Amino acid sequence: MELNQLFMIAISVIFINNFILSKFLGLCPFIGVSKKTAPAFYMGLAVTFVMTASSIITWAVYSFLLKPFHIEYLRTLSFILVIASFVQLIEMFIQKFSPALYRVFGIYLALITTNCAVFGVAVLNSEMFLKSADNAVKALIFCVTQGFCAGVGFTIVLLFMSGIRERLELCDIPRPMKGMAIAFIVASLMSMAFMGFSGFRF
Amino acid sequence: MKKFFHELNKGIFIENPTFRLALGLCPTLAVSTSIVNGFGMGIAATFVLLGSNVIVSSVRDFIPKKIRIPCFIVIIATFVTIVELVMKAYFPALSKSLGIFVPLIVVNCVVLGRAEAFASRHGVVKSIFDGLGMGIGFTLALVLISAIREAFGNGTILGLVIVRSFEPALIFILAPGALLVIGVLIGIVNYMTDRCYTA
Repeated sequence: MELNQLFMIAISVIFINNFILSKFLGLCPFIGVSKKTAPAFYMGLAVTFVMTASSIITWAVYSFLLKPFHIEYLRTLSFILVIASFVQLIEMFIQKFSPALYRVFGIYLALITTNCAVFGVAVLNSEMFLKSADNAVKALIFCVTQGFCAGVGFTIVLLFMSGIRERLELCDIPRPMKGMAIAFIVASLMSMAFMGFSGFRF
Repeated sequence: MKKFFHELNKGIFIENPTFRLALGLCPTLAVSTSIVNGFGMGIAATFVLLGSNVIVSSVRDFIPKKIRIPCFIVIIATFVTIVELVMKAYFPALSKSLGIFVPLIVVNCVVLGRAEAFASRHGVVKSIFDGLGMGIGFTLALVLISAIREAFGNGTILGLVIVRSFEPALIFILAPGALLVIGVLIGIVNYMTDRCYTA
């Protein structure tokens, strides 16, 4: 039954309620970093990693700090602080130990701090699993699954988008529609396609 | 006085956060399903912008350069928490329909962007006008988008039916409609500014 639930969360977050196309989280990197395929892929990887890790951290903060002391109203403040400092820490760590990796991922990590998708997954986790959780370990498994799969869904859509936009460069588009405007219309069509997944019902 | 008016005007038209700078798009698209939602979100964001601009500009000389971003984020998060609690207490229906997008004002790039680009470099009074201008610009853009979406997607404006025989297209309320509307609007704004500058 547990596995069943996990599978459902995965399908739901990757396809049905995709973070970018149906929840509108993380639109800024979606428009900003989707011009070329390679950076889009690296960005997706970085986001997936940070999302998974921050799911674990915010789970710990919520269930061991906020809940026992009944200060759940500090959720926003504590989550953003923990995520921001975690991302900063990772950045410093990579910079020190692997300059080559830093050259590839550095700027994306800096951008992630204010990525609403990362913060959004933490807030969603706390709303869906942590608020009413009686078993902390079970809640952790759910949180990590949702965090990781949200990252995967993010990466998939970012890759699709960058592939389309690379082709769009060669097309003859009316001047005012160039750049962001046409990107949004493409995103709209993709979102319509992803709506088809909402037929999945378990 | 003219200088302050300029700051106000800048946020509303010249550097409109949504159409010109393309900042803070996530909440713009997610909550603009009806005018009431859009307006509520706009007011909440304006309050946070105003509060964080005032505090950031008044403590700007005490914050070390290196850790300024975390400091700004904490200030912003404080105001977001205030909004969250007030909205839950006095406007429970609005709070429910905005959902997780109220706490998400924290990561709204407009707020952090203004703190970093303007409030940390200017005086308190100027920052107040900048925050107000940006907030109003953001609210107007939200109301415009949500009016279009509500009219086409639900056939109503502020809950009143426009034309009885019009069959609303549900797609405008759903996710693809939001992306389509903002794409077309950005295109129109680009077209207008192009013509203004070339003519």
